[in-house]
Order: sequence, then C-alpha cells, then structure tokens
Amino acid sequence: MTESPTRGPRVGLFATCLMNVFRPNVGFSAVKLLEDAGCTVEVPANQTCCGQPGYNSGDYDAARALARQVIEAFENYDYIVGPSGSCMATIRHDYPVLFQDDPVWLPRAQALSEKSWELLSFLADVLHAAPSDSRYEGTVTYHDSCSGLRGLGIKGQPRALLGEVDGLKLKEMEDSEVCCGFGGTFCVKYPEISEKMVEDKVRNVLATGADTLVGGDLGCLMNIAGRLKRVNAPVKVFHTAEVLAGLADGPGLAGAAKESE
Amino acid sequence: MTAAANAREAILNSVRSALRRGPLDDARRAELDARRPQHTRPAQDEELVARFIRKFESRAGTTARVASRADVPAAVEAYRADKGLPARAAVGAALNDLAFASLETHHAPAGIDEAMAVSQALCGIAEPGSLMMASGPASPITHNFVPDDHIVVLDANAIVGHFEEAWDILRARPEGMPRATNIISGPSRTADVEQTIQLGAHGPRRVHVIIVG
Amino acid sequence: MEIRSKEFKQRSVFAIHDANLQTALGRARYGFVGKRALQVAELPEFERLREEAKNTKNHILDNLDHYLERYEAAVTAAGGHVHWARDAEEARKIILDICKRVDAKTVTKGKSMVSEEIGLNEALIENGMEVVETDLGEYIIQLAHEPPSHIIAPAVHKTKDQVSDLFEAAHGGPRKTEVPDLVNEARLVLRDKYFKADVGITGGNFLVAETGSSIIVTNEGNGDLTQTLAKVHIVTSGIERVVPTLDDATLFLRLLARSATGQETETYTTISTGPRRAEDLDGPEEYHVVLVDNGRSKMLAGRFKEMLRCIRCGACMNHCPVYGAVGGHAYGWVYPGPMGSVLTPLIKGLDNAYDLPNACTLNGRCASVCPVKIPLPDLLRELRHMQHQQDITPVMQKRALKVWRYVATRPKLYHALEQVGARFLSAIAKNGSIRRLPLASGWTDVRDLPAPAGRTFLELWQGKRGQK
Repeated sequence: MTESPTRGPRVGLFATCLMNVFRPNVGFSAVKLLEDAGCTVEVPANQTCCGQPGYNSGDYDAARALARQVIEAFENYDYIVGPSGSCMATIRHDYPVLFQDDPVWLPRAQALSEKSWELLSFLADVLHAAPSDSRYEGTVTYHDSCSGLRGLGIKGQPRALLGEVDGLKLKEMEDSEVCCGFGGTFCVKYPEISEKMVEDKVRNVLATGADTLVGGDLGCLMNIAGRLKRVNAPVKVFHTAEVLAGLADGPGLAGAAKESE
Repeated sequence: MTAAANAREAILNSVRSALRRGPLDDARRAELDARRPQHTRPAQDEELVARFIRKFESRAGTTARVASRADVPAAVEAYRADKGLPARAAVGAALNDLAFASLETHHAPAGIDEAMAVSQALCGIAEPGSLMMASGPASPITHNFVPDDHIVVLDANAIVGHFEEAWDILRARPEGMPRATNIISGPSRTADVEQTIQLGAHGPRRVHVIIVG
Repeated sequence: MEIRSKEFKQRSVFAIHDANLQTALGRARYGFVGKRALQVAELPEFERLREEAKNTKNHILDNLDHYLERYEAAVTAAGGHVHWARDAEEARKIILDICKRVDAKTVTKGKSMVSEEIGLNEALIENGMEVVETDLGEYIIQLAHEPPSHIIAPAVHKTKDQVSDLFEAAHGGPRKTEVPDLVNEARLVLRDKYFKADVGITGGNFLVAETGSSIIVTNEGNGDLTQTLAKVHIVTSGIERVVPTLDDATLFLRLLARSATGQETETYTTISTGPRRAEDLDGPEEYHVVLVDNGRSKMLAGRFKEMLRCIRCGACMNHCPVYGAVGGHAYGWVYPGPMGSVLTPLIKGLDNAYDLPNACTLNGRCASVCPVKIPLPDLLRELRHMQHQQDITPVMQKRALKVWRYVATRPKLYHALEQVGARFLSAIAKNGSIRRLPLASGWTDVRDLPAPAGRTFLELWQGKRGQK
C-alpha cells in the first residue's frame, strides 16, 4: 500500500431523497461514523435520486438517465456509500443490468457498482469499524429491510454494531425479515394491503416490549413509524446510524420534540 | 396433415423458434441421450435398516422385524389380532410361498370393502424411509390403496440408500418399468382442513412393514 | 375459468375484511413457513440442490423439443397415447373426445392445476358428465363452487366450520364438526366415486423421457385411486414438465415436498407407465397424456424462460406477505401469489392483469425460497416494463414519471423543490407528524406521515461545511 496510514478512503456520501428531506440527522450520523472510522467524506451537490422509482415502475429509460447522473457524480470517489440498503442495492445490482447492452456505460456502471456500499456493511465489512463510545439507554428491536437483507446480505453487521453500543439491549421481534408493506409506490397504490402488512409488523414490534425500533432504510422506517404513531404506540423509531453515532438524542421519526425528553 | 399432427409440429416448431434454432442434429441428440446426470445425493451416515425404520415411523408408519420369511404369516396374524381385524386379506400372488394358516386369502384386486391387504415390496429406500412397490399380476395396485390396513413385506437386504439405487433396480428388471411404481412413505394423510394432519384420507389408515432378515 | 384479475383491488380489500379468510390465512402462513424452515435446516445439501435444479431445468428447456420427442416415443412404446394441445380449447377438445368415445358418465379427478388452467371441469359438466374432484381440498372448493386459492392447498382459505356447513349441505346431516369425522365422511363419499368412475384425470408433476412415465406426488392417495380404478387414465400436463431421466426427477422430488408443505417427502410418489398390461389384474385400460402448450413455448424466447423452471410447489405464495394478506382468490385466475402474478399476465394478457405485477413490494422473499431459483421480483419488474412500453400503465402514472424524470435530472431544481417540500410539510405538521394530506391520501389514510425537520440535509451540509 502506498497510501499513508493516516489518510483513509475518500467517500462520496449518497444522500438519499428521504434522508435529505425527512431525516437530515441520518446524513450527519453517517458522516460522523465514516469520519470516526478515518474516511474523508464529501457530499456531491450534483446528485439527486438513484433512479429506483423509475426502474421499479418499469420506466427503464428514466432509470438510466438517473443512473448516468449518479455515475458521473460519484465515479471519482474511492467509494460511494449511502444509508439505505434499497438505494445501494439499486446501484450495486441494477445499474449493471440497466446498461447490459451499452458498451460505453456498462463498464462505468460496473465500476461504480463494485465500490458501492450500504453504510453499515461498509463500516463492518470494509472498515472493520466499531462505534466509539456511543450510548443508548433502551431496549431496541431491529427490522430487516428487504433490499438490504436479501439484496446485499445485511443481517449480522447492524446487529454486531448495535451490540457495541453501551446501555443498548437488543430484543429480536418475530418475522423481523418479513416486509413491512412499504415497497415504494406500493404503499400508496395498494394502501389496504400495505396497512395489513404494516399492522402485522407493528404487532410484532409491540410484542417485544422494546421502546425503540431501528432499521437501515428510511422508507420502511417512515412506514412503520407512521403506523405506530397512528395507533398511538409509544415506540421511538430511529435509523441504525443515528443510534450508532450517538445522535439519537432528539425525537424519533414521527416523534414530537417532547417525547425524547 | 391431421389436426393432431399439426398441433404437434406447431408446438415443436414454436419451441425451436423461441430457442432460435432448428431441430437438433443427430450428434447433439446422441449426446443428450448419453447424458447420465450425477446429482447430489444427500449424505447419510446411518445403517440402512435403522434409517428406514426411523424415517418410516416418523410419519406414523409401523414396523416389525422377523428373522426369516417363514415368520411373516405369524407377524401378519399378530398385527391382525392386535387391530381386531377380520381374518381375511387380499394377498398378492408374490407371497404365494407363504402359508397363511389362520387367514382367508385371495389374490384378486381389492374390492371396495377390503379391510386388509398384504403385499411384497420391491425394495425400500432408506433416504426418505419409503417402500417401493412394483405393480404386476402378482402385486395388484389396488392392494396398496383400497384397504384400511396395508401390510408390506420388505426384505432387509432390499433396502437401498438413495432413490438412484432404487431406479437401478427398476432398470435391471428384465420386464422393464412396472406399469405402476408406487413409492409409499406411510399411511395416507391430509392437512386440507385447517392444516390439521389427519391420517387415512383416501388410502390406507395404517401401513405396517414387516422387515425380513 | 374466467379471468377476474382486473378486479384485484376490490377483491383484495374484500379479502382483508373477511374474518374467516384472515383466520385461515394466518394459520396456513405460519404452518408452511415454519415446517419448510425445519426441513431446510435438516438438509445441508439444500442450497446445492437448488443450484443443480436450476441448472438442470435450464438444460431441459434448452433442449425441450428433443426431450418431448423422446418422452412421446417412450409413452407410445409403453402402450400409451400422447396428445398435443396448442391452447386451452384444443386441450379441452382432446379430453372431451376421449371421454365421449368411452361414453363416460363419471369422471374423477386428482389435483391438476393445468386442468384448472384449461377450464376442464366446466367443459365436462356441460357435456353431461359428473365430475368429482377427489383431493380433499379440491373436493371442498368444488362443493363451494369456488376456484382453488392455493396451488397445493386449494381450500386453505376455508375454516373447519365452513367445511362442516358444506358437507352437511352436500351429504345430508348429521353435521360433523371435528376434522377426523369430516375427513372420514369425505372418504366414504368418494370411495363410491372412484369405483364407478369411467375416466380418471390427474396432473403430472414430472414426465420422464427415459421411461415414458408420468409422476404424481400426493399425500392422500386420491390420485392413485383416481388413476387406478377408472377405465381410462388421462394425464394433463404442461410441456415444460418433462425431465430426461428418473435421476433428474429425483433432484426435483428432493426439493418439492420440502418447499411445498415442509415435508421430507409426500406420502405417495407414483410413477405410471402406460396402461394395464395383459396379465395385470387392475389398472386403467387406456393411458393418455395431454401435453399443453398454452403460451409456454412462446415464454421460452426471452426473459420469462426462467418462469418455466417452476415446479409448482407454492413456496413463493407461502412466503409472500401480499398473498398472506389477501389470499389466492384476489388474484382472479388459476395461479395466485408471485408465480401467478408472472404467469397470469403472460398467459391471459398483460392488460387483463395490470395489478398483479404491481401489487408487490419486490421484497424478494419469494425468490429466496424458490427451489429452482426463479428471480420472481425481476420478472415482475420486467412485466411492469412491458406494461410501460405498451401504454398499459395508467396515464397519470406515466405523466408523474415524466415530471419526476424532468425534475430529478436537474439537481438544482430538484433540491429547490425538496427544500420547499420539507418546509411545507414541517409547517403543517403537528407533534412530529402529519395526519392528513389530501394529495397523499394513499399514505395518510393508513398511517401518519413523519414530519421533516424543516431544512434539507444538503442545505444544512452546505451551511456547515461551507463555513469550514
């Protein structure tokens, strides 16, 4: 290695749409975790969405347009890292498929795919980092988001990292690997089915007696948090990164400011 | 060309055009005919008879073991008496060498009121713990499915490890494949009402294997 | 069977509010899923077998014409007859002609999804025949005049009480209320039918080219009684169900029961080779196989070739949270769940089943349990793409996608709109969330919308790091 040991990798942070609008704290948590682990973090300004809404709606042309934009914005970094299994699975698995017949963009898509990481698996599998002296007083249950779990094999990493947090007790729920009913546009196209699914998820969350739910994808978390709030269940909801970074001291998703006091 | 021949050709042509090719040439066909798949066989580290018994009994089948073929009639009689069944049974001609002194027997197909049948298994398969029955004049198929109680005679040395070995036994038969080959893994069962397992759905309510040797 | 997949939305909402259905679905879901997991844990080779099964199916499909011809020759050599049917109508006609020729009055049937696919029962009944489904689940739904709601557990949506009612009405009292009594009652009623049947029709799980045999797997033994006691045995099967050898069939048998019902093996695996032989005392006098194409050969051409690997185990629907919420009837045709959401639009037309590929969260649980590794979510997405290309996608959605693309490919505009949105939502929120948002009622009808903090991450980031 010619790289000096003091200079870590240069990481481009993928600021997902939901994080950008609904939960900036997740972004700051990601930056803190990455910088604590020795990375230089930058947030390219010319990024928007990974293109997944277009791809999953069958509009492959729109997905490709967005993919090209992401490739251009991030291909000069050592890594592209984002706090979402869903967006990062799109970049890792779907970009090369989208450009499979394109001799110019395929190699670029592949190159980006190979250096794309979901935040927690990047911390655990690439940086072998442990959160430094973070604390969380509470019993936490973890929801396995489908894209991260089945698309990227994220299962043990967040649990291991959460295990390092002082004061945190992890209590597994039943069917933690079953979809919460978010599914992107699915949840607004088929609200009744989505309601049934999120209701099952909420029941399993409440059965653990945990006071906090964490997970790695804001889509799922907003869905579950919104439902918990609707049924007046006093469970706080955070992105895993917020807890690991010690930035889960404010209100959780859909939580009023006073709740966290 | 008849309508039937038309349909046949149309389907085969549609398959070929979807695969973007014409009919396979003779060399390729010979290659396919010579193909002998070697699929993974799940590992076993158990004595074959012991595994057969363990697996077969795990699905509510029952077994008894006797030393020699001459002991089979007594074992059948013991089962019959224990279950309080009438002293009558449909018995495949394959068991003609046995003297069922206490039993009224016949070789005909099983009728709708048949209570009990006794059959000879071609072999046992230890992998799932199943019987393999080959139909024929001496082993009517109805004996396997119509009676409430089915007793099957199985030679201990005819228990093989995996399905593949059982197929080899079939292939080695001079008369080739049986009309019907029934692999039987226990009593008939259903879970179609509320997932509740209930034995004796349509076939035998009880299957009892007498292992010889 | 008439396709009613266009009513998916209404039917799914109805299903969610059907208390009996929800009770039945809850029971089934945990039963099948738990039992399968136990079987997989006991077979260390399971993943290797899945990979081999996928590769073997691909090999078969690449050489399907050859194996079909070999199979046909072997059936003929064993004294049986092979019939080829391009579509459902041809298949019905072939079977009807056989039944009429032997002057069939009573036709018994083992479970066969292909016979549902070709609408066979209706055709036989219209021609004056008594048709009796003999699989207990199929028998129950036949009495209820309903289609199956699951490919291996057709009456999974019925509670015991509903079965009691159906049996009381059909058989006359006294009303049975316990499972053993209900099963026994059906056993006695169906015994008579087996013995008086002229024709017995079964499906075929596997067709073996090596031996010219058809294989069925059952737990009840009904398929065996159906095909043994009738004078004529007819097998209905899709052309993709052929396998080269008995050893290949074994590979799939090792996966089928474990994936389907979570059993190590079903009770009966039956290999049928031709009709009764000269010296035989029982067995059918005629043996026919009807090979049904009905859109399958066309699927071989592209991406959907992978769907033809399907061995009809039902694991995808057992693990599908959408199927678990709405049950099989919502899907509106023969095949429900993930596999049905791929097959139905392909067989019955994309525009006849718009919702099926869309009513899926792409969570991938189906693909992760599929014994032949069919990438079901990818195929469902591909169907969405075809809908989009063929303008079957609703106009409003296409317009929304156009606007989204326009904005999302202009980062400055996108970020400005995100900032406006974040401020607006933050302003109308109360206690951290929004209870009602007219333009997003799909969301807020069933859950609150968590409120943004007010400023976007990119805004805050530029503020902070800009000062550095």
